[in-house]
Amino acid sequence: MENIKIRSRVNGKDIESEVEPRKLLVHYIREDLGLTGTHVGCDTSNCGACTVLVDGKAVKSCTMLAVQADGREITTIEGLSRQGKLHPIQEAFLEKHGLQCGYCTSGMIMTSFWLLRKNRNPTEEEIRKNLSGNLCRCTGYQSIVDSITYASKLMRAHETEKEGIMVEQ
Amino acid sequence: MNPPSFEYFAPRRIEEAFDILAKHDGEAKILAGGQSLIPLLKLRLTSIPYVVDISRIEDMNYIRESHNELRVGALTTIDDLENSASIRGKYPIIFDAASNIADPLVRNRGTIGGNISHGDPSNDMPAVMLALGAKFTIASARGERVADADGFFIDAFTTALEYGEILREITLPERGAHEAGCYIKNKKTAGDFSVAGIAVQIRFDNSGVIEKAGIGMTSVSPKPIRARKAENYLKGRKIGESVIREASRLVVSESNPSTDFYGTVEFKKQVLAKITEDAIYMASDRAEEN
Repeated sequence: MENIKIRSRVNGKDIESEVEPRKLLVHYIREDLGLTGTHVGCDTSNCGACTVLVDGKAVKSCTMLAVQADGREITTIEGLSRQGKLHPIQEAFLEKHGLQCGYCTSGMIMTSFWLLRKNRNPTEEEIRKNLSGNLCRCTGYQSIVDSITYASKLMRAHETEKEGIMVEQ
Repeated sequence: MNPPSFEYFAPRRIEEAFDILAKHDGEAKILAGGQSLIPLLKLRLTSIPYVVDISRIEDMNYIRESHNELRVGALTTIDDLENSASIRGKYPIIFDAASNIADPLVRNRGTIGGNISHGDPSNDMPAVMLALGAKFTIASARGERVADADGFFIDAFTTALEYGEILREITLPERGAHEAGCYIKNKKTAGDFSVAGIAVQIRFDNSGVIEKAGIGMTSVSPKPIRARKAENYLKGRKIGESVIREASRLVVSESNPSTDFYGTVEFKKQVLAKITEDAIYMASDRAEEN
């Protein structure tokens, strides 16, 4: 089959590629772009280890074709840190032991990144509901939920700090 | 695993999609959100030589109120339905179903049109459409036709859509002054398909008598079905414990589940009886509040 040219913005960088229509987005991200932080877990649209943001919404990249990402903005786990500094959600997962084997972690973080952009102060129930498409087989979820709650606090604190600076200026 | 090879088209206009479908007579398949089709392709349960991705067609993703009806573009995502104030306010039955389909990540891509036209008896929107008495605007190169939800679901994975036709819009009928609905889905684990699902829409007159009842069932028959006997039974009655119990018994009598991974026939019928009672209570409460 003929390859198709796609243009997308991946972690803030414009990228043009030629892909086979049947190639899944997750394989494009991992194999063509070398961004292996996005994982393939179940490969049956259940586990969410492959979660990335497409135009700001968290989706399972194993259940989307790379050609469908043409003209879209993609954010992967590699796109969260700034100048070597971890994103507050990443800091929170470290601090609160939100991982054991780490396989599901990038998906957990991307799904939470989507939630915390919409809702800066989610309840525990909202956090748990939002994670219903992300499976963890190690931790029993409690530490993950604690990490996200802590991340929301960190993010709100960062905002207050920024606002403070703006007021001073 | 990647799906088997196929040729891919992403038309921007619906007319282009008709042309592509016509050119590959009988061999092209429509892709919308892809949350059912892509897993089928990946698991190699099906292979399709030509995929027509309609998700880039303009003006098929909207929720609009017009003449007291609600018009929903077929490409509207389940997440958009879940977050729409007019859906939540006027058609809570759709909110209930939308917020329980698969998981939030799937809902971000899955569409209402795909959920309906895939014809999966375990999909949730078909039962809701039957309960609401929705109408489907179906477009093709020949023009447009309107089909009732009732009669649209022919068999498992078979709907009234013919090759070359695209479900373009869903019309939800005007809601009465004392009308509301509820959808309840019983599932074993988060994100799973249901053991059974029930959609109930009830309209009362000013004296509290049921003027109209719509009931649709999920996962308890080879296709999504209406519970006509129960609908007729409820009409003209007032809500009460014995009436709800009898309606639930009739719903179960009209179901036709089979024993599978999700449970035995007997178990599914017990689940259906319980969620039907709960859904009628909830729909009635909501309708009376209106």
